[in-house]
Amino acid sequence: MSDTYAPHEFQYSSAEHQAGTALAGMWLFLATEVLFFGGLFLTWIYARSQNLAGFDAGARETELWIGTLNTGILLTSSFVYSTGLAFARVGNNRRLMQCCFAAIGLGLAFLALKFGLEWSGDFDKHLWPVGPDFKFAGEPTEGGARLFYVFYFIGTGLHGVHMVGGIVLVAMIAWRARRREFSPLYVTPVEVVGMYWSFVDIIWIILYPLIYLIGRS
Amino acid sequence: MSTTVVEAAELEKSYLVDKSTVASWLLTTDHKRIAILYLGSITFFFFIGGIAAAAVRLNLLVPEGLIPSAETYNRLFTTHGVIMVWFFLVPAVPVSLGNFVVPLMLGARDLAFPKLNLISWYLFIIGGIIELYALFIGGVDTGWTFYPPMSTSFNQSHVVLAVIGVFVSGFSSIATGLNFIVTIHRLRAPGMTWYKMPIFLWSLYSTSVILVLATPVLAITLLLLGFERIFRIGVFDPAIGGDPILFQHMFWFYSHPAVYIMILPGFGVISEIIPVFCRRRLFGYKFVAWCSVSIAVISFFVWGHHMFVSGQSLYASVVFSLLSYAVAVPSAIKVFNWIGTMHKGFIRFDAPMLYALGFVGLFTIGGLTGLFVAALAADVHLTQTYFVVAHFHYVMVGGMVTAFFGGLHYWWPKITGRMYPEMWGRAAALIIFIGFNVTFAPQFLLGYLGMPRRYHSYPPDFQVLNVLSSAGATILAAGYLLPLGYLTWSLFRGERAPANPWGATGLEWQTPSPPPAKNFATTPVVTEPPYTFPPPELVQNRV
Repeated sequence: MSDTYAPHEFQYSSAEHQAGTALAGMWLFLATEVLFFGGLFLTWIYARSQNLAGFDAGARETELWIGTLNTGILLTSSFVYSTGLAFARVGNNRRLMQCCFAAIGLGLAFLALKFGLEWSGDFDKHLWPVGPDFKFAGEPTEGGARLFYVFYFIGTGLHGVHMVGGIVLVAMIAWRARRREFSPLYVTPVEVVGMYWSFVDIIWIILYPLIYLIGRS
Repeated sequence: MSTTVVEAAELEKSYLVDKSTVASWLLTTDHKRIAILYLGSITFFFFIGGIAAAAVRLNLLVPEGLIPSAETYNRLFTTHGVIMVWFFLVPAVPVSLGNFVVPLMLGARDLAFPKLNLISWYLFIIGGIIELYALFIGGVDTGWTFYPPMSTSFNQSHVVLAVIGVFVSGFSSIATGLNFIVTIHRLRAPGMTWYKMPIFLWSLYSTSVILVLATPVLAITLLLLGFERIFRIGVFDPAIGGDPILFQHMFWFYSHPAVYIMILPGFGVISEIIPVFCRRRLFGYKFVAWCSVSIAVISFFVWGHHMFVSGQSLYASVVFSLLSYAVAVPSAIKVFNWIGTMHKGFIRFDAPMLYALGFVGLFTIGGLTGLFVAALAADVHLTQTYFVVAHFHYVMVGGMVTAFFGGLHYWWPKITGRMYPEMWGRAAALIIFIGFNVTFAPQFLLGYLGMPRRYHSYPPDFQVLNVLSSAGATILAAGYLLPLGYLTWSLFRGERAPANPWGATGLEWQTPSPPPAKNFATTPVVTEPPYTFPPPELVQNRV
């Protein structure tokens, strides 16, 4: 697009009007996500308070190094994407595209570690909470540990679904950057996707201590 | 013939005939067409839920129950509840009337996110198809509340599918609510300040806040329930240290605010109709506006009144009871404001006004009996009885459905460009009012006398009142079928509607009926507050 004129949809009065509206929409969407995950965290913390020993026993079986490494990977991915946004603001579509690819690469690394390595290890260690094979079966902490792993699999699974959605969105930004669609006057989609991508981190920042840290000692 | 051609050419093409292929409807992003798609869908679900209700009332004609199997009966009332709550009452006014008039009232060309609006309809349809499939292959017998462990461990019906249907349709609610909030913030016409907005917009704004903040909690709750149902292990399972009461807290944290999702748009519709048909400015505009907002806020803090007998802490119950009384205050203020508007007004008894009058009376009964069940001691006697059933039907059907029909008649000329037949409209409003009261007033007595809800049979002493209630249901059904007939007739044969048939003041009446595809020829500029009707003396002089 040209550097002097940014188009807008017919229901808005100007490109700025459209941009502000899109950001408002994403903020509100993130508010719904907060309530969605908020419900999960509330039940998680409540269930933990009722079953401390079981949750602690469950938490000790988690792979701390994978969780910690993944935290670093995810935060780096958001940092890289934000760098891309800064490039987009000065009209550098090429650098934006490269940043998107890096962010996607890091996101895929997270998923590979989480689901390829960690989940399969969990299944091997009989940590899937359903059925008589469960590692803690027969022990006094069985119930709480089962609950912990119910939350563990639902929580990481939901977060993974959001990661996949985010990766698709970042890929779309990369595609549009390749077509040189962004300019200093038009970076809204980059910003909106960035908000979502960072939000996925924030969820992880709460999941990380809930899974790996609390009750480990 | 030549004159009609000229007339048609003079006008900008209306949204109805702008394009006419099937794809132009199914892939439209025009809020007016999406409103029509939604109107058709919710009407369909209304009659599905209605058929289930008819079967329930038929069963209760005789004490031992006409339907041979109690389980079939359970599936029928569950069908009625699930369909009516999630596929009619929650979406009804916002997605049909709201979708149509929100941009028009704001002086906007469309909602902020037209594609999201279309996605929301598809989500609704996908959720609806899943739900219908679940019901078709055998249904659910848990009641619409899906309480565990009934729904997770002790039940052979299609809980998972039904829950998925509700889950998916929930995202359609979220999309609509999000769209409305952003649109009302960002797309108001020049001069349209918050206090110049019609009350319908304030109501839908408050409704949308609840839709956006409460529905995700339902989504995660149903997800946890689905996991537990599929794997027979989970968060609400007391055998492993989970807590079934936790489900009730989570469920009602959504479902009580959802009651206000259902009724707040109704308040908005009534606040539009009454000033127009009384030729009076809405009494206490700012009170009505802020009452909507305060109802939305307080609604998040009253859920525990559904759980007085669940064994929750008595102190919690006392606080929830007190807060439930608090929510009655703004509701009552609104009723007084509507009556204040009518006082010394120049009242016309057109069909929308008849519905509005019915609404005020029925909602007042529904609201006041709500205070009975919000009182701790009284609730222990009344809970799980027909008193509760009568109470919420007075609010939901007597209130909300009546408001929906009032709004449908009021905006029908704008939506379709045709007038509905007035005498039929008035007749239907009266028949619905009478049928409704005959159906549900006896249920207050039944509940007070101790008849429990959700039972397939009852002691013979209760038969007279039950027969009365079922007889009323047939009148009510006739009342609901009438509009289906004459509104459809009016689509083809109705008199052509002028731009402003009621002499109303909102921006939606300043554009032709039906509106052109882009709503307004030029962007309107707002200088007047809403409801600036001349004093009734002047109107009378003119007559």
